[in-house]
Amino acid sequence: MSPEKAQAYWKENISTIIKLLVVWFVVSFGCGILFINELNAIEISGVKLGFWFAQQGAIYFFVVLIFVYVNKMSAIDEKYGVSE
Amino acid sequence: MELQSLIYLFVGVSFAVYIGIALWAKAGSTKEFYVAGGGVHPVANGMATAADWMSAASFISLAGIISFKGSFGGAYLMGWTGGYVLLAMLLAPYLRKFGKFTVPDFVGDRYYSDVARTVAVVAVIFISFTYVAGQMRGVGIVFSRFLQVDVNTGVFIGMGIVFFYSVLGGMKGITYTQVAQYVVMIFAYMIPAIFISLQVTDTFIPQMGLFAQTTFEFSDGVKMIPEGTFLLHALDAAVTDLGFQAYTEPGSIKNMFLLTTALMLGTAGLPHVIVRFFTVPTVKDARISAGWALVFIAIMYTTISSVAAFSRINLIKNVQNVEYKAFVNGESKHIDGTTNNGAWFKTWETAGLIAWTDINGDGKIQYAKGAAFDGAKGKPKYDGTNIAEDGHRLTTNPAASKNDGSIQNELYVDRDIMVLANPEIANLPNWVIAFIAAGGLAAALSTAAGLLLVIASAISHDLLGQVIFKDKETGKSTMSEKSELMWARISAVAAIGVAGYLGINPPGFVAQVVAFAFGLAAAAFFPTIILGVFDKRMNKEGAIAGILTGLIFTFAYIIYFVFMGGDKADYLFGIAPSGIGTIGTILHLIVAFVVSRSTPPPPQEIQDLVESIRIPSGVGEAHDH
Repeated sequence: MSPEKAQAYWKENISTIIKLLVVWFVVSFGCGILFINELNAIEISGVKLGFWFAQQGAIYFFVVLIFVYVNKMSAIDEKYGVSE
Repeated sequence: MELQSLIYLFVGVSFAVYIGIALWAKAGSTKEFYVAGGGVHPVANGMATAADWMSAASFISLAGIISFKGSFGGAYLMGWTGGYVLLAMLLAPYLRKFGKFTVPDFVGDRYYSDVARTVAVVAVIFISFTYVAGQMRGVGIVFSRFLQVDVNTGVFIGMGIVFFYSVLGGMKGITYTQVAQYVVMIFAYMIPAIFISLQVTDTFIPQMGLFAQTTFEFSDGVKMIPEGTFLLHALDAAVTDLGFQAYTEPGSIKNMFLLTTALMLGTAGLPHVIVRFFTVPTVKDARISAGWALVFIAIMYTTISSVAAFSRINLIKNVQNVEYKAFVNGESKHIDGTTNNGAWFKTWETAGLIAWTDINGDGKIQYAKGAAFDGAKGKPKYDGTNIAEDGHRLTTNPAASKNDGSIQNELYVDRDIMVLANPEIANLPNWVIAFIAAGGLAAALSTAAGLLLVIASAISHDLLGQVIFKDKETGKSTMSEKSELMWARISAVAAIGVAGYLGINPPGFVAQVVAFAFGLAAAAFFPTIILGVFDKRMNKEGAIAGILTGLIFTFAYIIYFVFMGGDKADYLFGIAPSGIGTIGTILHLIVAFVVSRSTPPPPQEIQDLVESIRIPSGVGEAHDH
């Protein structure tokens, strides 16, 4: 693999990770902690939204994020011909 | 069948399965011993990682902690799951491509330094031992309560079992045993959770029970809370009536933020978790495996919030204002006329994890905010085995009455028993209770084994093989494969001995000690691995300075404030010790960056190594040097 191609691959990898980590931060630290009071104003069946994010919701998002990452990376690996 | 026989049956069968697997999966080479031969299927590895990860603390204590802390407890739930996202994206794939056996391997090779390797070995051993002490206490609790044996005997039995499959089978034995342990653990957790969810909210899926309405009317001691109230409304109303902060009210945002961060970074930096990703065949499998691990963890972790809420409401409903004598003799009734059997209260009182003192002399239990006992963090000091006329255990340090008209708390409940006592409180069938005992043991043993293996390989592979018996010229270990394997087994035996000692003579602050392990893992390993992959310019000077800064700062802060009685008022920016690992991590990053930029860049071959671990293709099997 040429150095230019390796660099392009790495760049795409980094930008994928950054995008996904932004979501990771928003659902946990954002919704579950920093804006918990604001979100708690919204209530569904007795459960305040901020409370739900901190105690359950963020975890569902984490799982989805990892599988989105796996799929994206597989596609990128394929594109650059570095899949195993 | 009688409860006790059922417990023996369930625990006995599960132990027989673990031993059977150990015999089947005996390790024949160092590669099998350290990384299970590198050929574990990603789903099986995910399951084993989940069992390795979910410790006695998760299984036994976490719901209890959240039950009493309420909203703030979300820090633990997010912190102990969110770290897997970091693992999947920032660590696992590159470490797998790197393709060695241990975390000190990576640190030593990437930073071309045996000093760095040795520092890493010491940190690995320290972190893992603090963690394993907590597991052994968990084994002791379960044994003493459910199998009616002495705690020490319990620890010995636990040591024997772990000895068998970790010394014989190494990582291979552990991995396949953990798959079985995960299955036992998850059923043991979910079955009672489903039963209780049905009981409290008439909802089959516990996660949804949080959104449901209560199925009963109960009194919190101040007012009646009618049937059909939303679960969290009922809970908020009850706990605020008793003087506590509302269950859904968040605590300190700052400390919640820092604790969550420290737990996430710690999760991603814990050696016994990282090493799991060396055991799968390819880089892609390492990514997928992190995903599966989180799926298996999430099944339990999303249930915990509901179990926490159910058990708090059940506690209030069952004990508030009941007459002690009638309660423990099974003669008490709920408002709807069903029996409120307090036999469980008596059992846990005998085990020393619950205590009642009749401060107002009305013969009834009152539960509210405030300590029922003076000193010792509100814990009871039992007066030997002496009991009062009504049968409750006497204590020597009951608190004085507040006499201000509010409800005076008379009850001490150890957080650790909420999950274990739950099925009894809810009057579930005996086999469910027996299952819980087997599950608690599976949780403690699986984590202990994973930790012990990491300690053993740090000694035999990293310290002996890569530092002490290293041939200066070839850079290879002078030990033969066979003697390294023997040393790995000897180290495992020694580690089990130390762990057993810690289990029998537990440091009196197990919970803090585990938080300690996380803070140190976050401050020591997480940044150094991330920088090793993502910053090609990072050199050995930067790495060593960073690790030492992170370790020493975090260590000193925790020692000073947790173990030397430092005053809360002196906290740095009001940061609690449990969250200080976050600050340690930041300091590590800054110091490493500054030092590396003012010292020469790493040699070309190291820069090439970094280039190669960034690209998935061409992964070899996990190999020796």
